[in-house]
Amino acid sequence: MKGLLQRLKEGEVLLGDGAMGTMLIERGLESGHCPERINLDNPGMLEEIAGLYIDAGADIVQTNTFGASALKLADYGLDDRTEQINKAAVEAAKKAAGRAAGRVYVSGSCGPCAKMLEPYGDAGAEEVQASFERQMSALVHAGVDMICIETMMDIQEAAIAVKTARSISREITVAATMTFELTRHGFVTIMGTGIEEAAEGLIDAGADIIGSNCGNGIQNMIKIAAGFREITGMPLLIQSNAGLPELNNGALVYAETPGFMAGKSRMLMDLGVNIIGGCCGTNPEHIKELRKTLDAYMRS
Amino acid sequence: MQILEEISMELQKGDAANVGLLTQKAIDQELNPGIILDDGLVAGMNIIGNKFKAREIFLPNVLLAAKAMQAGIDILKPLLIKEDIACRGRIVTGTVQGDLHDIGRNLVGIMLKGAGFEVIDLGNDVEPSRFVEAAVENNASVIGMSALLTTTMPVMKKVIDTLKQRNLYGNIRIIIGGAPVSSSYAEEIGADAACFDGASAVESVKELLGVK
Repeated sequence: MKGLLQRLKEGEVLLGDGAMGTMLIERGLESGHCPERINLDNPGMLEEIAGLYIDAGADIVQTNTFGASALKLADYGLDDRTEQINKAAVEAAKKAAGRAAGRVYVSGSCGPCAKMLEPYGDAGAEEVQASFERQMSALVHAGVDMICIETMMDIQEAAIAVKTARSISREITVAATMTFELTRHGFVTIMGTGIEEAAEGLIDAGADIIGSNCGNGIQNMIKIAAGFREITGMPLLIQSNAGLPELNNGALVYAETPGFMAGKSRMLMDLGVNIIGGCCGTNPEHIKELRKTLDAYMRS
Repeated sequence: MQILEEISMELQKGDAANVGLLTQKAIDQELNPGIILDDGLVAGMNIIGNKFKAREIFLPNVLLAAKAMQAGIDILKPLLIKEDIACRGRIVTGTVQGDLHDIGRNLVGIMLKGAGFEVIDLGNDVEPSRFVEAAVENNASVIGMSALLTTTMPVMKKVIDTLKQRNLYGNIRIIIGGAPVSSSYAEEIGADAACFDGASAVESVKELLGVK
């Protein structure tokens, strides 16, 4: 299969998948349970979800490993099974991708370790690095095509994660995205990292692809993408939520419909975003609509 | 009072060592511990809270300030207990089942302790029944629940349902907090208040318990 970065270089825009958590909850994941526990207990469910996204037209599917760093798994007493949990997720995603005859890449999702770094927190850089190393080694050895470090708020932690991925494999494609909120200072993470600082920090650390995921609906994501494009021509990955969650009679709803997101996504394409996908609240229907818009865009 | 202003300033800078030194100095000057607390430490933390709410500053500053506040409280605590300021009421706190976020809860805990409440913290991932049992065992008047995830917010309602089943609802009051909660959500599930930061949690608890 042609390398993912090569395809981006040739001008292709690739389509990511949609939310994992939302799909797992629909299938009975109860709040209070470790979402990555499913990798051991019911990998068939992961294969099914990846299959739904592939059928919807995704070029890249993500593993169910967002919270599978050793530090985060330790909260559930599962850190001694870090390698197993990550490996099982890759195998499930690869099974689904395998049926798509070399068309689909598998991306290893790596979320924050949920510990704050010193000096404002108590976690040391080495501890965080070692935690990512266990997760990422397992993902790379199990055969992911890419490592996707996502939902990062602290540029220090993101940089540690990128460097760790790089140290494990020089060939592996490394993407890193951060989550911004709109403040009076423009788009900044809760830790105070702005788009420019994020872009520079992630590139310096060795990321191949940078960008943003989560925390915003597509309209803000277009502004964030524009912010990145003002400072860099690097490959850009944008994964938008289907809006922000709202409560409706105790149930969470995400307001942005597949048609709405897909319609707006043309602006991401115009900005030269290279990978477009969905985050919280998006489902295979969103990906299906995005596929149609993207195909029409590539033909035009 | 100059020194109280200095304590507040050093706390805002996040300098735990200086806050500790200045708090001791204020005690040596025989200032009232309650005043050192309210007009020095809490005053500084309130400014930090407001600046964070306006995103003039970001989480690292808040966390450093909280560490500094803790340093001051550690020194003040024996005196506060002696002066009987440290028992305005008991509050059980925890992050709900399935949620492991503790930054906000810790900040609220520090502020409540600072305001003279006794805080029994149950940590992360707390089952609904444990909140209720801990409140009963410790004779607490308020349960404070935190959730950062929209997926774990519904657990808050389970705690309230458990209180209702045991006919404790109304006797034990409920405050909730965390990024996704709102006043309308609090109303919907029957919580007494939604709190957006440590300062508003302190205000809510004081109001619920009728203490100044």
